[in-house]
Amino acid sequence: MAQGHFILYDKEFQGFQIALKKLLADSYAKIVFLVDKNGSLLASAGETADFDTTSLASLAAGNIAATGGLASLIGEKEFSILFHEGERDNMHISVVADRLILVVIFDRRSSVGLVRLRVRRASTQLERILRDVDEKALADEDGGIEELTEEDIESLLK
Amino acid sequence: MSFINYSSREINCKIVYYGPGLCGKTTNLQYIYRRMNPDSRGKMISLATETERTLFFDFLPLSLGEIRGFKTRFHLYTVPGQVFYDASRRLILRGVDGVVFCADSQLTRMDSNVESMENLRINLREQGVDGDRLPLVMQYNKRDLPHAASLSDLHALLNYRNVPEFEAVAKSGVGVFETLKAIIKYILVDLKKGGR
Repeated sequence: MAQGHFILYDKEFQGFQIALKKLLADSYAKIVFLVDKNGSLLASAGETADFDTTSLASLAAGNIAATGGLASLIGEKEFSILFHEGERDNMHISVVADRLILVVIFDRRSSVGLVRLRVRRASTQLERILRDVDEKALADEDGGIEELTEEDIESLLK
Repeated sequence: MSFINYSSREINCKIVYYGPGLCGKTTNLQYIYRRMNPDSRGKMISLATETERTLFFDFLPLSLGEIRGFKTRFHLYTVPGQVFYDASRRLILRGVDGVVFCADSQLTRMDSNVESMENLRINLREQGVDGDRLPLVMQYNKRDLPHAASLSDLHALLNYRNVPEFEAVAKSGVGVFETLKAIIKYILVDLKKGGR
């Protein structure tokens, strides 16, 4: 198994993208993105050009991690849904299958109730794709970039 | 845990700068941010107190070009160094691919260095990460200050794994990029081996 790496192949990546696009349309959101708990952006949909998605991904993961810490202090496993209300835009953050973070940014065209409802449906689909990712990881003995050479690494650092 | 996306041909790795309070972790990232080509780095985020002490973390994303057709992205984080922020440190270490241990060379800070190194090992172990195998690079910072400990003392006290070590003055940039390059190389070599 490809230990220590999270490897995403084209089929599952496209699957994530399709699921996010559907969620974006169904929930009338501005932007939707999927992050792993370490803060890496996996996929996104919507008006991403207006946002610094790398920073958003990192802070969303930090947010979930911090509230997870708070949860364990009061004997909860996790707070699986976070909602931040702004003057113009709102943010709905939820944990998918204990490993991924789904972030939806929406304005007054939508509502927290609708987003919550659509997120629940999308999460089921995302979980299914994640299972495929895991199955491939189990089947892939080597994983990673096995053909990487010392010269490749040196050339990057020049 | 590095993230490899075969669809967008990207490798993402997480580097954490660890060390005692005021050793210069944030200063390392600030220097890298100032000196990197703006096309190669994203926005630097600092979650700090009003007195500029790191409260949760600093974050700086870097894109370093391609390797075997894969874009390489490195996410640099610092932890809050002050002892009482241990819960935050544990969270930031989650999914780490490599650590830069930033030590304060001043003689009066030796106990704090040792305590922080011990804390790193404990926090890694708690997450099931083998602290003896994770890519690690040592940086002995503040070499310009009087009353700095000797390199051999720092090595004996902290570098029990005998990993690459660098002298630095992060404020003026001495040793900052050498350290960064070393940890990136270490991580990529580790990636090549198929991870931990």
